[in-house]
Amino acid sequence: MIGTTAFWTLTVLLGLGTFLIRFSFLGFLGGRRLPDWLMLHLRYVAVAVFPALVTPLVLWPPATGGVPDPARLIAALAAFAAGLRYSVLGAILAGMATLYALQFLLS
Amino acid sequence: MTPRAAAFRDGFRDCAPFVLIAAPYSVLFGAVARDAGLDLIEVMSMSVLVIAGASQFTALALLRDGAPVFIALLAALAVNMRMAMYSAALVPHLGQARLGLRALMAYLMVDQSFAVALRKYEAAPQMPLDARIAYYFGAMAVICPVWYGGSLTGALVGRAIPPALSLDFAVPITFIALVAPMIRSLPHIVAAFASVVAAIAFAWLPWNLGLIAAAILAMMAGAQTELALRRRRGTA
Repeated sequence: MIGTTAFWTLTVLLGLGTFLIRFSFLGFLGGRRLPDWLMLHLRYVAVAVFPALVTPLVLWPPATGGVPDPARLIAALAAFAAGLRYSVLGAILAGMATLYALQFLLS
Repeated sequence: MTPRAAAFRDGFRDCAPFVLIAAPYSVLFGAVARDAGLDLIEVMSMSVLVIAGASQFTALALLRDGAPVFIALLAALAVNMRMAMYSAALVPHLGQARLGLRALMAYLMVDQSFAVALRKYEAAPQMPLDARIAYYFGAMAVICPVWYGGSLTGALVGRAIPPALSLDFAVPITFIALVAPMIRSLPHIVAAFASVVAAIAFAWLPWNLGLIAAAILAMMAGAQTELALRRRRGTA
């Protein structure tokens, strides 16, 4: 069970902190021109963050207690291939369809 | 249709596929939060105030396991630190907007809308500012109501979601769907590859710091590759 005080302290501070993280550069720097070296690095934010976010979730899925799961690994590869070739929607559908198909076949 | 309305519609349309993921994921959050003993008001307050799924799950799981509030808060904030990088990446495209709008953009900043918007801005650099703003809010107009509505549905329906649906995996699938189309040049390939390798190498770091370290290294790898390519073109 979660205590009421604990919950509200956490939620309000997390909401505030998360807003400040999101607001940080966009809010405080605003229209100022960023230095070239920073712009160069910022071009790669998306391709630098998302793979690092995904990798542990694919290799050590929390749902299996961190044990690598072939169905999830193959589903992730299928989503990636569909995303490269087709579209966002294609990647989502290919990924989840592969996962369900493999779980059905392997169970 | 005015150009602004058209940009709003484009953002809405480009983000629409993510409803497939955001809807079940938010329902799952509502259900898990109710399971952890929160009441309806508490579930909704958290989803409205924080509006960042992964950190909400993290905070709840830690609180339920009896971790101190301070620890749960820091862990959840660490999960959200990546959004400082999103915030910086949006400055060149949206930094000229009014302060009030920028604050609203910050509140609404989530992975999907960020990635969809950034991709659009890079593909259409001549897009005027008010169209860029309208596009951003169009993209968010998809995710935000779904997030609220899904949390509410989950909190009301409770444990009706069978674990066999493996909704946990919907999250990595979304991120793969977001990033795969962005890998379109050698520096992008190098950055993405470095990101994967570094995420494995730093997986032992606590507090989600591995993600931040991997992201920074991967950005440097992408930037250095771009510089090397430019040098080679310059001398050839």
